Amino acid sequence: MSSFDWITQLLYVAAAVCFVLGLHLMNSPATARRGNQVSTAGMALAIATTFALVVRAGTVSATGWIVMIAGALAGAGAGLYSARAVQMTAMPQLVSLFNAVGGGAAALVAINDYVRLAGATTGVPEATTITTVLDVLIGAVTFSGSIIAAGKLQGVINGAPVTFPGSRIANITAAVAGIGGGIYMIATPSVPCLIIIILAALAFGVTMVMPIGGADMPVVISLLNAFTGTAVAMAGFVIGNWALIIAGALVGASGSILTKLMADAMNRSLRNIMIGGFGTGDSVAAVAGPGGDVRSVAVDDAAIQLAYAQKIIIVPGYGLAAAQAQHQVAELAALLEERGAEVSYAIHPVAGRMPGHMNVLLAEANVPYPQLKEMEEINPEFPRADVALVIGANDVTNPAARRPGTAISGMPILDVDQAKSIIVIKRSMGHGYAGIDNELYVNPKTSMLFADAKSALTDLIAAVKTLVG
Amino acid sequence: MSTQLLTDITIFVLALLVGFEVISKVPATLHTPLMSAANSIHGIVLAGAILIAVTANNALGYILAFIAAAFAAMNVVGGYVVTGRMLKMFRRSRTPVATAEAPAAVNGQSQDGRA
Repeated sequence: MSSFDWITQLLYVAAAVCFVLGLHLMNSPATARRGNQVSTAGMALAIATTFALVVRAGTVSATGWIVMIAGALAGAGAGLYSARAVQMTAMPQLVSLFNAVGGGAAALVAINDYVRLAGATTGVPEATTITTVLDVLIGAVTFSGSIIAAGKLQGVINGAPVTFPGSRIANITAAVAGIGGGIYMIATPSVPCLIIIILAALAFGVTMVMPIGGADMPVVISLLNAFTGTAVAMAGFVIGNWALIIAGALVGASGSILTKLMADAMNRSLRNIMIGGFGTGDSVAAVAGPGGDVRSVAVDDAAIQLAYAQKIIIVPGYGLAAAQAQHQVAELAALLEERGAEVSYAIHPVAGRMPGHMNVLLAEANVPYPQLKEMEEINPEFPRADVALVIGANDVTNPAARRPGTAISGMPILDVDQAKSIIVIKRSMGHGYAGIDNELYVNPKTSMLFADAKSALTDLIAAVKTLVG
Repeated sequence: MSTQLLTDITIFVLALLVGFEVISKVPATLHTPLMSAANSIHGIVLAGAILIAVTANNALGYILAFIAAAFAAMNVVGGYVVTGRMLKMFRRSRTPVATAEAPAAVNGQSQDGRA
């Protein structure tokens, strides 16, 4: 190893250290920004080192340079534009899109390397074939799967589970073709076989994500994130670059952890989600819960209840974000705080379309992060709350989850029913994704404010203001 | 199987363990920025894209290198910018809107400094 090789390898190690430190600093909102800066510095170092390697190798043709730089500039421009322009509600789509391009690029790196080696007289080493197959399979699945996920989130593709006759068979066929082709290719390397694997993996990605519904998107995005990381690590194996292996492994770990957290929070196994459809597997006979009447309330009465409460817990769900009402809820909370009330937010892990989505939406609406409480932290506080204000959340507040025999049994929920009184803002008595009645709504302590989240909150703000005046 | 592959696997497994350890400490509040940050980290594939551009010497090679470079650059630049944008929104206290609130906001900022 020349001293130049030594230095570049050490610089890659330094970059990897920056990535780990950057992720470590994300353990608190106070240091997270510094974490992102450290990580960015690591990335700049890794890219600069790679450039130095390429320049020193001196084998790049003029066309090669133009192609590389033009590609990088075009991609950087597109990335910069989308990152600046994106609405916070559209964050899951953007993350999905970045998963897609990351996975796609990882697959392309291996494809390119393989085609070059296959053309050379020396042939392809067995180890390279194995990692190439893995990289191409995972990368291509991530690419097509993430594009479909982004399309579903954006509403370009039907967000509901999409199945057609034979869709499951198509999915299995694609999986078999991909894996079978991969095994065949390891035995007898060939480029046409690589193309078959690519097509099979792309088809598998599409047929995997199509049958998955909108509410399961947090799990799907996390899983595809883990896939991308693994694909990048495999690309690192193919071209023998440690920086790619380490960075890919870190992302793979992150994606896996989030996938597990999200699946647990929905009380569903990964397999169940992949097979698709909420509660379609084994329809549970509804166990009759405590019946009762639904009590409806007018805006003015709800405003009085809120204005004279000492401790208020707001429970936002995806419906709040869908109605774009996060700014109104923040304004109402600020108003109540000015009157001396203690306001906090109870955030269920799957509130939103990706892990932690609701926190970002509320942060954008200028809600200070110490008020955003995780489920385990806020649940013991509900009995002391004078009012729990539920906006756009449904299944995650349903006490039926505590009883066996319902579609959501065992799902971790927010203990909203323990609050002294409950106000639910909702358009109708419609069901959540689980398709069952919410027993919270017939609780004698609950009053229902039937309205659109945004207009209801605007009215509440006005009503509370008149009480102040 | 080569020693090279063995070394690579060792590094991969250890990095995976480090990842599990570090990431399991990230609070749920930051899970979206975390995923976005992880997203930008896998933009390291840009280094891979640059390295394959070195060996490209025919039309197919150039096309693949161009797409790989574009994808990876979009991933890395977009990922870091959007993560930064999100993290900037996380504040410890409400930003002052009226002058009457200014002293409270100053307190809030000094708390920030201590944290």
